[in-house]
Amino acid sequence: MTHTISVLLENEFGVLARVSGLFSGRGFNIESLTVAPTLDPSVSRMTIVTSGDDAILEQITKQLNKLIDVIKVIDFTGQDFVQREMALVKVAADEGTRAEILRIADIFRAKIVDVTPRSYTVEVTGAPSKVAAMIELVRPLGIKEIVRSGPIVMGRGA
Amino acid sequence: MKMTGSQILLECLKLEGVDMVFGYPGGAVINIYDDLAKSSIHHILPRHEQAAIHAADGLARATGKVGVAIATSGPGATNTITGLATAYMDSIPMVVITGQVPTSLIGNDAFQEADIVGITRPCTKHNYLVRDVRTLAETIKKAFYIARTGRPGPVLIDIPKDVQVAQTDFVYPETVELRGYKPNFSANPRQVDKALKMILDARRPLIYAGGGVTAANASALLQDVAELAQIPVTTTLMGMADMPRKHPLCLGMLGMHGTYYANMAVTQCDLLIAVGARFDDRVTGKVDAFAPHAKIIHIDIDPTSIKKNVRVDLPIVGDVRDVLSKLHGSMVQQSESVKAFAEGNSPWLEVIEGWRAAHPMAYRSSESIIKPQQVIQSLCEMADEDAIITTEVGQHQMWTAQFYDFKQPRTFLTSGGLGTMGFGLPAALGAQAAYPDRQVIDISGDGSFQMNSQELATLVQYRLPVKIAILNNNFLGMVRQWQQLFFDKCYSQTCLSSPIDFVKLAEAYGAAGLRAERPDEIQDVIRQAFAIDGPVIMEFKVAREENVLPMVPAGVGLDKMILL
Repeated sequence: MTHTISVLLENEFGVLARVSGLFSGRGFNIESLTVAPTLDPSVSRMTIVTSGDDAILEQITKQLNKLIDVIKVIDFTGQDFVQREMALVKVAADEGTRAEILRIADIFRAKIVDVTPRSYTVEVTGAPSKVAAMIELVRPLGIKEIVRSGPIVMGRGA
Repeated sequence: MKMTGSQILLECLKLEGVDMVFGYPGGAVINIYDDLAKSSIHHILPRHEQAAIHAADGLARATGKVGVAIATSGPGATNTITGLATAYMDSIPMVVITGQVPTSLIGNDAFQEADIVGITRPCTKHNYLVRDVRTLAETIKKAFYIARTGRPGPVLIDIPKDVQVAQTDFVYPETVELRGYKPNFSANPRQVDKALKMILDARRPLIYAGGGVTAANASALLQDVAELAQIPVTTTLMGMADMPRKHPLCLGMLGMHGTYYANMAVTQCDLLIAVGARFDDRVTGKVDAFAPHAKIIHIDIDPTSIKKNVRVDLPIVGDVRDVLSKLHGSMVQQSESVKAFAEGNSPWLEVIEGWRAAHPMAYRSSESIIKPQQVIQSLCEMADEDAIITTEVGQHQMWTAQFYDFKQPRTFLTSGGLGTMGFGLPAALGAQAAYPDRQVIDISGDGSFQMNSQELATLVQYRLPVKIAILNNNFLGMVRQWQQLFFDKCYSQTCLSSPIDFVKLAEAYGAAGLRAERPDEIQDVIRQAFAIDGPVIMEFKVAREENVLPMVPAGVGLDKMILL
């Protein structure tokens, strides 16, 4: 089962390596990982999408907590949270497909952020399933490149 | 007052109560060594950085203090890896200082540069690269705090050469604040009450005690709890010295080379109380067949140890000492029911005594050839009560665990988790340096001994009278045993056939050497060795193809032992 884990950690050099090394050293999966400073610049937030059964997830959470630089670990599974991912999708565009790309982008409230005679670059933001759905719709038109950010999450409410 | 980085380092060590360090100089720590020469801190120079780490580790295991070692950058630092991994696996508190190339050269592939913080990340509890002298004192404070609290472990501090030279005002912080590190020392009393209830409901209880008992200095409490409730105790290799072997409730070691009665007790018990132990694969054998009838209470300070390998019915996170003292307190409060419970245990204890009588720890003795177990027994009989025993890794280590009757905590120093050959001699060096007046004996094999034999020079230089017993079978005996049992006796690369004269080797270093070739010479050699005021090698020519038994083969339950 896929889990989205949010990790608050000291914003110091080497912390990314500590976390990624923990995952690779113990054979845990990382499906995606994003990291950036928080409101408090001395703290970074890492959002990790991982998978495994309950026992593995328990170990992942405990092992993360065991790292000295990790301040807090939140597994959002089963909680009410907002999850967003961004993707940039460069789609082959010609006379026959431009309108279709624009239509799909419109449906997904995506934006065209770069245009060339042969391609459109579409910026789509949303839950990972929405991003995936848009990618599937433009795939038949010819995708040249995809860059996905990996999801970020935030708990709902105050 | 302005001080240089290297002066600050030494001042901090003193404030942390460090009076002895083990290290090896080099270009990137030359400033530290210059100040060290003028310092009151005693420095011992082993002949290899690996030995410096093991020696600091040996001191830490024997005393409970934080062991400190120093190495230079690059190869000096990489030579510490095995020692760090050894200490990390066995949760030994250490602070290791490495020199680093100047900050301006870091990342440039400079001479003797290695990314030691990157390399040691998975084999230290934590590590630091100090890039500004103003953070040095605080970093050292944090390092000692992390090393000795919670589940202890080694911490490495990498100090670039320019930081050692740079000056700043020295202020040693009184407290340390780490928002991401809050070890949970105090157990939840409700969990302890539940534990007592589970104990009182059990009919066949068993305590399984590990190195966490040593780390928490809780040996006496462990015995108190066991005695009060009449619960038998089996120990891991790491927890062995915390339960005196001759104690009527002591079943010796469990696991792959555990006693028959300990392994049967694990298999038949209905309640297993794990105290500061982590269900290592050498302990459990096949996990599905481990303690199949038992509910499991797991007491450990490290939450990651709980439910990592086996299911647990009642986890108690906390310092072993705190948990046991709370448990003992509750037992005293409910003394009536505990007394009834203790009396009710006698049928279970009788069953265990039956197993003990059927298959006691034994070996086939010989009139003509020295049996290695006999050497261990003789050492045990003749050594002081408080003698400190170290071992290397292999058959001799298991025979020591099986046949040496440990009597008090912190007297058995052995590499349990990592299984590091070459650990015992430098660890003995460290223990002897900490306790110059106690007997320190390294029980070794001819294979392991050669992994750090250069430390004979250190023993002689510092007049450290370590006694080394080499059980010489000209084999890498443990691997040979596996080859005999599981690989049709194909002794691939396990025969050490070059005849080393260990007596002459000792003499070459300026130590004494003695040899026993017949069983009737064992005691004489030990007596002579103990009478010599200096390091001695005792070489025992032992039966070459003796096996360590009982043995649980890989992949089966603990009750499927190969017996004598």
